[in-house]
Amino acid sequence: MIPKITVNNLDFWYGNFQALKNINALFKEKVITAIIGPSGCGKSTMLRVFNRMNDLVEGVRTTGEVLIDAENIIAPDTDLVSLRKKVGMVFQRPNPFPLSIYENIVFGEKIHYSGTRRDKLDGIVEESLKSVLLWDELKDNLNKSALSLSLEQKQRLCIARLIAVKPDILLMDEPCSTLDPQATARVEELMRELKNNYTIIIVTHNMQQAARISDDTGFMLLGELIEFARTEDIFTRPKDKRTEDYITGRYG
Amino acid sequence: MRKIKEFIIEKLILVCGLASIFFVAMIFLFLLKEGMNVFQTVSPFKFLFGKSWYPISEPAQLGILPLILGSLLVTFGAAVISIPIGVACAIYIAEVAPQNMKEILKSGIELLAAIPSVVLGFIGMVTIVPWVKNICHLPTGLSALSGSIMLAFMAMPTIVSIAEDALYSVPKSYKEGALALGATHWQAIHRVMLPAASSGILAAVMLGIGRVIGETMAVMMITGNSAVIPHSILQPVRTLTATIAAEMGEAVVGSEHYFALFAIGIVLFIISFAINVTADLFLHKKR
Repeated sequence: MIPKITVNNLDFWYGNFQALKNINALFKEKVITAIIGPSGCGKSTMLRVFNRMNDLVEGVRTTGEVLIDAENIIAPDTDLVSLRKKVGMVFQRPNPFPLSIYENIVFGEKIHYSGTRRDKLDGIVEESLKSVLLWDELKDNLNKSALSLSLEQKQRLCIARLIAVKPDILLMDEPCSTLDPQATARVEELMRELKNNYTIIIVTHNMQQAARISDDTGFMLLGELIEFARTEDIFTRPKDKRTEDYITGRYG
Repeated sequence: MRKIKEFIIEKLILVCGLASIFFVAMIFLFLLKEGMNVFQTVSPFKFLFGKSWYPISEPAQLGILPLILGSLLVTFGAAVISIPIGVACAIYIAEVAPQNMKEILKSGIELLAAIPSVVLGFIGMVTIVPWVKNICHLPTGLSALSGSIMLAFMAMPTIVSIAEDALYSVPKSYKEGALALGATHWQAIHRVMLPAASSGILAAVMLGIGRVIGETMAVMMITGNSAVIPHSILQPVRTLTATIAAEMGEAVVGSEHYFALFAIGIVLFIISFAINVTADLFLHKKR
């Protein structure tokens, strides 16, 4: 299988602090890859390298290579707009815009193409909401403020908003950490469905979640990628002592 | 003993807290008591919509429409100038400027707010007035336009600092979300951050306008003070505030003229009260 994302010798600094140390990994296409590890291990930072969200922080430095579809996105001349169109992100706290549900979903379409016809926008809204299983709940209230939704609905809406842009890759930064167990189960179900069309990388604190939904898992510790393998191997036959200690709950 | 002490302190603070409300109420009542007398000689309708203000002719003509229009025209002009510049400046400070530039701009704007209005008026008189006169080929530069430009400077600090605050308090996650969808910085600002900060920005604009409409000294010095209904922004006008300030000294206590000036005070009070309440509504809607 051709890797969707290839990471070669990736180093990353916040000022003088090195947050990622010589990361090498291959992320397969249309597969869910989970990144686990204790707080501060650099898993979110790595995720934010893939869509260059770290650029918002001052004084950061990235070296190495991250190839997405054979293009090195670390290069300074990378077109961030098209990169972020291709590599979407779902955040830890659902962050719908303070606009209507409808406007949230057509946001991407509107910023990338001006003057889209209304009926096409309507189609995008319906399709995107259906793909996150919100259409039946919300179809009569599309003009309601997105801020009035429940947490789970908000997070689904954020995923729908992302899907509307038609990305290839979905980066999910602890997408369920604010949700209750039932809502988490439903969002995980959704992720399994999305896997058919998208390459998904999920950062999670929750090891059981990683075991439940992912095909590949990477374990990170203090900025290093300790082990990266098939999920069942990581959880049943970890090669590294530190991985074993983490998944058996000796620390973390 | 301790209880009594607590009680006394509590009540003392209460009295201080109520004092401001008490003073506002007393000021309004006093204005009302003095101002209402004018309506014994002129009907409220004629007072508000009368077209001539000749308070010392015989009989006195006490129509304040030219003054209201003068105030509105100067305020409108100042708003047209200060709102776009002020909001753009707030966007620049909140979103674009690098840290050190931000500090410089912020203290510059604070300084602008600290200049006494009479000094601004004086500077306007020797710079803006001749400038307006030459550029527009007018017989005199003392005009509504000069006043508007000057007042725009006074409204700017209020508009910039409150609008900047509103933009700053927009959750960072909105901006991140927009950028992560591939929005450019400007798209994130105008499609997400400005709508999110809109009520705060509206409040900033209202408070800026409130400052303009209540301003007296600078307008009196540079608007020319002729109480006629203005037909263009290039004409001299006289505002409500300047009328009170200029004429109160000469008006005979207890005369119609004297009461009419108080009635103008009531009109001003109502206008600025309305503006402040609106601004407050916007500010609270945000929360």
